[in-house]
This record gives sequence, structure tokens and C-alpha cells, in this order.
Amino acid sequence: MRFLLIEDNADLAVSVRDRLALDGYGVDWAESIGAAEDCLAGASYDLILLDIMLPDGDGRAFLSAQRSRENDTPIIVITARSEVSDRVHMLDLGADDYITKPFDFLELEARCRAVIRRKNGAASNVKHYGDLEFDSLSATVKVAGRVSELRNRELRLMEIFFSSPEQIFPKSQLLDRLFSYADNVSENAIEVYVARLRQKIDGGAVRIETVRGIGYRMSKQETPRP
Amino acid sequence: MNAPLKPSASLRQRLRLQLLGLIAILSLLLYFSVRTIAGGAAETTQDNILSASATSIIEALHAEQDDILLDIPYAALSMLGANSEERVFYRIMTKASTITGYDDLPAPETFPAPEQPVFYNSEYRGSAVRIVAMTRVITVRDTPTEVLALVAQTRLGQDAITARIANTAAALGVGFFLIAGILGALTVESALRPIVNIAQAVQRRGPHDLRPMLKPAPLELAPLLASLNSFMERLRTALLRTEDFIAEAAHRVRTPLATVRAQTEIALRRAKTPEDREALRAVIRAVDESARSAGQLLDHASVTLRADKMERGDVDLSALVKDLVHGLAPTAEIRDIRIILHPAEGEFTTIGDPVLLMGALRNILDNAIKYSPDESEISVVLSAEEELCCITICDSGRGLNDAEQKTLTRRFGRGSNVADVVGSGLGLTIVSEVVAAHGGSFRLTPNKERGTCAKVCLPRK
Repeated sequence: MRFLLIEDNADLAVSVRDRLALDGYGVDWAESIGAAEDCLAGASYDLILLDIMLPDGDGRAFLSAQRSRENDTPIIVITARSEVSDRVHMLDLGADDYITKPFDFLELEARCRAVIRRKNGAASNVKHYGDLEFDSLSATVKVAGRVSELRNRELRLMEIFFSSPEQIFPKSQLLDRLFSYADNVSENAIEVYVARLRQKIDGGAVRIETVRGIGYRMSKQETPRP
Repeated sequence: MNAPLKPSASLRQRLRLQLLGLIAILSLLLYFSVRTIAGGAAETTQDNILSASATSIIEALHAEQDDILLDIPYAALSMLGANSEERVFYRIMTKASTITGYDDLPAPETFPAPEQPVFYNSEYRGSAVRIVAMTRVITVRDTPTEVLALVAQTRLGQDAITARIANTAAALGVGFFLIAGILGALTVESALRPIVNIAQAVQRRGPHDLRPMLKPAPLELAPLLASLNSFMERLRTALLRTEDFIAEAAHRVRTPLATVRAQTEIALRRAKTPEDREALRAVIRAVDESARSAGQLLDHASVTLRADKMERGDVDLSALVKDLVHGLAPTAEIRDIRIILHPAEGEFTTIGDPVLLMGALRNILDNAIKYSPDESEISVVLSAEEELCCITICDSGRGLNDAEQKTLTRRFGRGSNVADVVGSGLGLTIVSEVVAAHGGSFRLTPNKERGTCAKVCLPRK
């Protein structure tokens, strides 16, 4: 998945790019509408994140220009403006969603995911590890012929493990990816979700191991457990 | 909205009445002057003939010894008999006795001076008559004797002429009244047309169209129109400036906050000690709180601004609620909260400003998500109740106590049990203001088991 981020504030852009990279998205950053046009001429993107106030023009003009050019790449508008005055208008211009500054990365990620899911319809995005089948778009895991649906946090946790099997993820890092920083949660909260995932993938060769004192990792046994 | 002003009086009515009164007076004047002048002229004609007749009679008088002799010339009476209906009387008399003619024909008390005939009206033998009295002095036996000749003619012809003249004068008067009345009414219309045009143009544009009026105005109305235009221009500038200010303020406040938040999140990922992490979390919560407060303050300003110039149109509430749930579902999903939109049958159309209504309902649903525990459900129900459509949003959050339900809708009022959740307390104020501006009601009630139900009812179209 490749995103185009159009944002003139460098600090914000870099942190958005770094954060989305953690979730496995490649992000190209354009500082202005002009730079964005150059990027679009040379590559295709799965999603565009568009700030409204840009140095060389109004993001809304860019938005309607894209739509009139029949570029149907999903666009999420990042707006700093008042909710009441702007939001409905953005959708009228052809934005797929919007998010108000300052935003929670979790929410940005959730909105990106929702927009991509909506755009791709019933398409699936199946990954395999061992005998475990994981579809991140339909939010299901399949093991030994049994399909289980994943709730949102379980899905995100599964994605983290799938992004780098065998790697040990510290509890604190998992916590940051699953909970908003505004939530007041202890590291133990992560155990609940790990336990649920273990239940749903039970019966196959893949396991989520506790690495005492450090965190968790996903691993597979060469032969299924007896 | 102000109640329409009660007009003091109709300008058109006043002009019409005044013109009509004026025309009526003129018509009456016309009638009477035509009657008087023409009647006078007819009378003068009769008097001239009478006078000529009397003269020829009196000229024929002559004295012979002691007597006064008279040969009445034929022409003297025939000139009066032109109209066969008309009767003619005469009387020749001295102060002592009647010489000839009708001796009871009324004579003036004193004889008029010679050469100065006197005319008068009288009643004689059942008819109105016009009489001329003319004196001549004849010398009889060296004594000058005054002889009076009276010639009378019935006034039938005269009366007929007068009646005809009166009819004509009345017809003239009525005709004048009608023509002048119609012309007057047309004049009133054409004089009022510029005023009516401007009034209609102002009415057509409604209270939200603040473009200047460019219609040509008559000189007298030009100052009024100029003031109206400059007032509208000032209002437009003020509204635009407020809108710009709100947008600019939001941008200036939120963009740096977004950067602070993003940087803090990155720092948090690198933080090693639990103390550092806790401190950075506190920074993020503070950023969220100030962003939310700023956002809601600005939203509140926008709501007030929009409610003032409220753009009313048909709003399909079921589509609006669907969009709303759709928009907030990703936020809820982060915490595994499900928003369940119960399907509703029928039409749910209200009249109002969709942006305001969306803002209000978003605030309620936003609150519901904020105060709901992880992995819970929020239900959204659309229902029709008589003339109302109601939207009920129930969560299973921490709920509120009775006293709080009132204070919550006040500015900055917050529940007593939510100190650990970011919030400014403006959200529900926005809701109640928007709902009130739409003539609806907003109530908070406890949910069955736990949590709160927020119910918004709006008048159905």
C-alpha cells in the first residue's frame, strides 16, 4: 500500500510518514500542490492524505480537480477548520473522509483502513504464515478449516505480528499501537487481546509466545502439536 | 426572526383617497359652473328678446290729446311666440291705471328709471314667468306721464334649456370624474411603481442575500437604498470576517497542536522509562483537551453564526444519521465499540440546516463514544412520534445523575464522574442550541441498565 501525503508542515508530515510506515504503508510526502501533481504524474497511489491549507493553493481546488480528472483514488482530507463550517462541504467535493487536526494516529489509521476497505469492496488481502490464513480486509483468520472473525484490536494486533513473524514485540510497543495515548491503560491490558487471539488461532501450527520480561512473538512449529 | 412590522398606512390608499376627493370637488365645481354660466347665458338671451319686445311696444306709444294710444306692433309679440308652448302676457300701465293688457300681471313697486329696464321672475296664472318692466315718459297735455310696459313670457323654454344644461353639466361632471379618476389611479400606480419594485426586489432576495441592490431608484428613494446597501455590505463583511476568523483561528490553533501531538507520540515510542511514558501521555491528553476545547468553542461560534442566518431546507434525517454513523464508525471501532443503526421505516424529513443538525448529532454520538466502555454497543434509533421525528442515541457508559442532566447542557457544564475523560463541556450546549433553533427538544435520560440515552426530537415536515 502506497500513500501520498500532501502537507506543508514538515514536522507533522514526517511524524505521519514514520507512523504509517510502522503499519507497513509506504508514504510519499509532497509539500505543496505542485509537488503533489509531480508525484501523481509518476506513480499511482492507494490513498491520498490531503491538507486543506497549502502554500500554493487551496486543497479543496486540488480535490475537485482530481475528481473532475476522474482520478478516483480515495482521498482523506486533513482539516484544521471548524467542524460545522467545513465537513459536509468536503464530502460534497468528493473527499472520501476527513479528519480534524490534531488527530490520533490510531484514528487516522482506522480511517485509512475504512476508506480502503470501502473502495476495494469485497476484495480480500490474504496472507499466509504456516497453516494460518489471515485476511486483513475482511478481518478473519482461518486455521484448520475454522474461520474466526477478528474485532478491531485483535485485527490490528494480528497485523503487527504478521508484519514481522518471529520478531519479539515489547508490550509497550503493542500497547501504543492498540490504544490511544489518551487512554489510561496499563500494559496488562494487552494480555487480554493476546489471549483472545491465541484462542482464535488455536488448533494450528502457529502460536503466539510469551517472551518473559520482554513481550510477545508469533512463531510456528514445524509439525502441528499432537 | 422578527415578527413582520405592522404597516402604518398604505401609501397607495392614501394617494388614491386624496386624489379621488380632489377630483370629486373639481367635478362638482365643473358641474355648478357649467350650470350657472350656461343658465345665465340662456336667461340673458330671453331677457334680450323680452327687452326688444318691450322696447318696440313702448316705442309705439304715443299721446293724442288726453289719451295715450297704443298700436301693438305684431312683431313685438311674434318675436316672443317662437316656441308655440310659450305664452306671452303684457300690461301697459300708468301709475294710476292699467291702459291695456292683463291688469293683474305683477308690476314692480316703483317704476324703474327710463332706459333702465328691470327683469324679474314671478308666478302668474299657474306658470313661472319672466317679466321685463320698462318705463317711458310721455307728455300728455304738457304733463309728463310715466308709462310702464310689462312684457312677460312663461319660462317653459327657459326651464327646458336649464334642464338640458343641467343634464349636460352633470354628464360633464361625471365624465370628468371618471376620466380623471382612472388617470389618477394610473398616476398613483406609476408613481408608486419604483417603490413597489424595490420593495418586491428586497422581499424576493430574502434575509440572506446580502449583495447590493443595483435597481435604478428614484431620486427620493436613492438615500434609503444607499443606506440599505451600505448596511448590507457592512453586515456581509462582518459575517465573512467572522467566518474567516473562525477558520483562521482553528487553523492557527490546531496545526501546531497536531505537530505537538505527533512529535509526542514519536517520543513516546522511544521513551524507555515508565515515568517518561506517563509524562508524555499527560502531554498528549493536555493537547487533546485544548484541541477539543478550542474546536468546540469555534464550533459554538460557527453554530451561533449559522443559526442567525439559518439556511432552511428539507433535511432527510435517515440519510443524515446514516452518514453520521458511517463517519464515526472508524473512531468507535478503534475501541471495539459497535454503533448499531436500527433500520427505520418511513420518511423522516425535517426542515432546517443540515450542517447544523449534523454538527449537533455528531456531538451527541461523539459523546456517546467517548463515555462508552471498550467493546460496548451504542444504539441509534430513528422513530416517528406524531408530528415529530426523534433520534435516540443510547450508550452503556457511566450514566449521569438527575441533577446533572440539567447542568450538562449549560456552557462548560460537565458530569461529575468524567474528570478522567478529555472534554470541554461545550458539546451538549451546541446540541441544545441547534435543536432549539430548529424548534425541537433535547433530553437526556438514563438508559435501561446503565448508560445514557440522548433523545432529539424535531418537527416533521
